[in-house]
Amino acid sequence: MRRALVLVLLVLSAAAGAARAADAPALKAGVFSPPRSAPDFSLRGSDGAELKLSRYRGKVVALAFGFTSCPDVCPVTLGTLRETRKKLVAEGKDLQVVYVTVDPERDDAERMRTYLANFDATFVGGTGTAEQLDAVRAAYGILAEKVTTPAGYSVAHSSSIYLIDREGRLRALMPYGHPADDFVHDVKLLLGK
Amino acid sequence: MAAAGAVLLAVTGWAALAPIRFDSREELFEIPKGTWARRMSGDPVEILPSEIRLVLGLRDVLLLRNLDDVPQTFGPALMMPGQSFRLPFEVASSYQFACTAHASGQMTVVVEPKPETPWARLRWRATRLWKAQRWR
Repeated sequence: MRRALVLVLLVLSAAAGAARAADAPALKAGVFSPPRSAPDFSLRGSDGAELKLSRYRGKVVALAFGFTSCPDVCPVTLGTLRETRKKLVAEGKDLQVVYVTVDPERDDAERMRTYLANFDATFVGGTGTAEQLDAVRAAYGILAEKVTTPAGYSVAHSSSIYLIDREGRLRALMPYGHPADDFVHDVKLLLGK
Repeated sequence: MAAAGAVLLAVTGWAALAPIRFDSREELFEIPKGTWARRMSGDPVEILPSEIRLVLGLRDVLLLRNLDDVPQTFGPALMMPGQSFRLPFEVASSYQFACTAHASGQMTVVVEPKPETPWARLRWRATRLWKAQRWR
């Protein structure tokens, strides 16, 4: 009798788990399964401190790649992330935006700090040597290519944004162009709220 | 002659009126085990087409799976061995992704609106049939 009761409880528990999984709301971003640990790095932070992802354990991190002279993609991305933080209101403090440059020749820590402050003073930029940044891009599959322009040069780069959860796992990749509401939706899910 | 006309009419009527169905909303592409080794030996393995067409509300999720033994950049995502990447679309549009798997360095995902009218269904089925014949 006791064994039968245990069996029933196990079956009910499994069924409840399956139902929870089926009901789990999907992210708007592309989801990695199984998630892996987000590769950590050590760069010069725009806030003057060493920039390591592990600094933000406990927060959701939106990791973007770009450069401060970017004429179109980066301003849209950073504007969307600023709006996301605003829409999250109190939960906004649990979202950290990290913006890693693909143009170390021009983007020093001071320039990144000034640029990012135009969007949100909490955003942190990362710069370093070309070799350091190459290694970070390789770890995340980010493409960046210098393109000559009449004004000098520009950098064509991947425009998707990685979402890293509180435990430092690379959970999702939001393609360029999604509205702030999609980020709000996903950040809330990743925060478990 | 009359019979052929009747069959053609019936087929056209079905193509225009029958709702379009898919068994799953996911369009799956897999990198098979050994792909990297084949590429290294000079075999230009093409797994992901340079243009993928999806249909909103019917087949609007791109599912990429890396079954190879090494990390692979597949479309927009770097995936570890055994990892998959599931990307849903909610807006009909044309999406460009940087992709090292293609010589052009680009991959396009075209998400078409759901064919709701008889004419749209007919056109959608005819286009699909034409493309299937073309690639045969």
